[in-house]
Amino acid sequence: MPRNRARLRSVLNWLGPFVGLLLVLAIFSLMPEVRDRFLRMANIKNVVTQSVIVALGALGMTVIIISGGIDLSAASNIALSSVIVAYVINAGGSPGLAVAAGILTGALVGLVNGGLVTSLRLVPFIVTLGMLGVARGLAKWIAGNQKIDAPLTWVNGLMSRNPEPSWLVLSPGVWLMIVLAALLAVVLRLTVFGRHVFALGSNEQTARLCGVRISGVKAAVYGLSGVFCGLSGVMAFSRLTVGDPTVAVGLELDIIAAVVIGGGSLSGGQGSVLGTMIGVFIMAFLRNGSTMMGWPNYVQEIIIGSVIVAAVALDRLRQKRES
Amino acid sequence: MTEPAGSRPAPSPPVLVMQGISKSFGPTRALQDVDMEVGPGMVRALLGENGAGKSTLMKILSGALRPDSGRMSLDGRAYAPSGPLDGRRRGVSMIYQELNLAPHLTVEENIMLGRETHRWGFVRRAEMRRRVREALDLIRHPEVAPETPVRRLRLGLRQVVEIARALTEKARVLVMDEPTSSLSREDTEGLFQVIRRLADEGVSIVYISHFLEEVRRVAHSLTVLRDGRVTFSGAMEGLRADDLVRLMVGREVREIFPRPERCGEEVVLSARGLKGRGMQAPADLVVRRGEILGLAGLVGAGRTEALRAVFGLDRRERGLLERNGIVRLRGGPRLMILRGVGYLSEDRQGEGLALGRSVADNLTLSRLEPYSRLGFLRLRARGREAGAWLERMNIRARSVEQPLESLSGGNQQKVALARLLHQQADILLLDEPTRGIDVVSKTQIYEWITRLAAGGKSVVFVGSYFPELIGVCHRIVVFHRGRAVADRPASGWDERSLTACAAVGGA
Repeated sequence: MPRNRARLRSVLNWLGPFVGLLLVLAIFSLMPEVRDRFLRMANIKNVVTQSVIVALGALGMTVIIISGGIDLSAASNIALSSVIVAYVINAGGSPGLAVAAGILTGALVGLVNGGLVTSLRLVPFIVTLGMLGVARGLAKWIAGNQKIDAPLTWVNGLMSRNPEPSWLVLSPGVWLMIVLAALLAVVLRLTVFGRHVFALGSNEQTARLCGVRISGVKAAVYGLSGVFCGLSGVMAFSRLTVGDPTVAVGLELDIIAAVVIGGGSLSGGQGSVLGTMIGVFIMAFLRNGSTMMGWPNYVQEIIIGSVIVAAVALDRLRQKRES
Repeated sequence: MTEPAGSRPAPSPPVLVMQGISKSFGPTRALQDVDMEVGPGMVRALLGENGAGKSTLMKILSGALRPDSGRMSLDGRAYAPSGPLDGRRRGVSMIYQELNLAPHLTVEENIMLGRETHRWGFVRRAEMRRRVREALDLIRHPEVAPETPVRRLRLGLRQVVEIARALTEKARVLVMDEPTSSLSREDTEGLFQVIRRLADEGVSIVYISHFLEEVRRVAHSLTVLRDGRVTFSGAMEGLRADDLVRLMVGREVREIFPRPERCGEEVVLSARGLKGRGMQAPADLVVRRGEILGLAGLVGAGRTEALRAVFGLDRRERGLLERNGIVRLRGGPRLMILRGVGYLSEDRQGEGLALGRSVADNLTLSRLEPYSRLGFLRLRARGREAGAWLERMNIRARSVEQPLESLSGGNQQKVALARLLHQQADILLLDEPTRGIDVVSKTQIYEWITRLAAGGKSVVFVGSYFPELIGVCHRIVVFHRGRAVADRPASGWDERSLTACAAVGGA
């Protein structure tokens, strides 16, 4: 009996993070107004594709939050990277070069964040709050304060709902997101770097005492997150087909919300890739369902705001019971 | 031996009565049918090994936990606190082993926190300042400025603040959980005087400590817990330290100091004129192969700062440090670990261990290389190795994946020590390694230290309990006000001369 109960509990713990998502799906599937449309393949594909931009940002943010940091500049970084992609293509560069430039831009912004955090010994909140403005400003400057039009290339196919070739079923961007999520989960769980990130977030002083290169790990964490923002920027460009410096304003809060809904702790040391992805989809399906229901925007905002608080509160409760 | 505090016959009735207290956590029975009472102006010692149930019993007394069964009364009236705040209001004050202070607030704000005197919502500073001064004077620490932020104070002085806070509360029952573990001998003597004064005023005191000599001096009576049951309750009179140990562990264990073997001549670490940030003066330090070097002194004498400078945790400003060649001044902990040096922090919870992480993580964090292949960890191999260490070090844990915070203090400390051995340190810098842990664990730690030294490793041992240093070390250096003032073989010291030297600065 106790063994059974222990097994049941471990199953429940594993399922725990999914409960919220299943609940959201169940609620909208039961609504008579939308139930025939909501769970259709076409709609799910749509939602998943739309989630890619937030999801890529949130994967990077997960690493930062586990390490005890925060990145408020994520959305600005995404916008800057997407502008760079458009700029390069528009200037006649090859699409491959443009994508590389976009990712590099993201990485660079991340490395600057990391470098400032470690060298100036400022808290990440302040450094990235500053970068939020700087990166956004740079994006507007480079784009001449307007959208950069760029000729259509294969880059725009990355986020297409009907991918070529058709056996892909999901767009390349979605596949990229899935592969990167799996990779990141492995890195966090199975590598020395992953252990160092968790140790850093759990107790920085202990990590230092144990000879962990604090500055190196922090730089790597912010750099890695920057790469994810760069990729996210490429996807943002792909979907919009233009480089828009005002894209993704305020998106950093959605990204952070996804991580904390997924069990990430803002005091560090806790968080998981699976949780973050579930957090992303909870918010995406909530938005999608509410829109289908024809609820006005303000209702969605209220609902999502409440869900963030409720999800984190429930997660804490679950953990308490576990221990 | 000094007279126990306010030694007069206990006038009935008792102030505090706890009757038939039981408490379980899941399947573990933390307390079973525990009785305890304390008379007015009496000091009752509560003894037991780590994990015997002392903390649980005290949490029930303070109101932080509710008993499964049993009754309590205070001054003859039923006492069932709804929480720690209610407990405090009813007159039960606690001084916790782990400090409970807000680091950014000043000494005064901390002492008066939650009990600010005010008029129309405005704080009455002068009145508060007066009460704070009174309390600090009472425990003989008038030098602590009420306007200093607590984070600027060293650990020892923070405890002083903690005690002052309890003193300003009009407590009927005062619980002191290891109040002297971070106090110097001088401060400890001061505290004993305070306890006597409080007792004379009719305050009842429950005193928990692993320092048995202290307990014998300060307490009138004692209650001994073992595995959640009371195994002895009675007067302190006529009991020797050996008796107390026997009552706690249920068998004969003496506080044995295994005699160290002779140490080698080869110098394995030397510091000349080394001055780190936080040190008041540069210090010289020489450690030989197989040597156990004791650093004695009062709290705040500069021993911790010296160790931190050697390990590179605090920035080194000048001096020459040699360990397998010259160590560059900027070299940090990582470099020192690579050169075979390990450091055990005095602040186990704040700095030494990542409490939220697993036992295995904490044990192996400083040396993950053997389990990593191309940056990937072989978790199974690591788990096996961590498991082997648990066994080797006698650490009580369910599994290596258990979060460290669920282990008892003694077991946490053993994990911290195991980490140094796992990282293959040849020189162990141990800052108060036996603070706040039970006698059995202490004895084990002494034995390890001696065995390690016999095996050719070197140990630098910072300790505030001088018999321990005299018993274990080859050589003892005494620090006084930031300087190393004396350096002699341990055989050249006795408790009295060491105490005098630490307090006065001359041999």
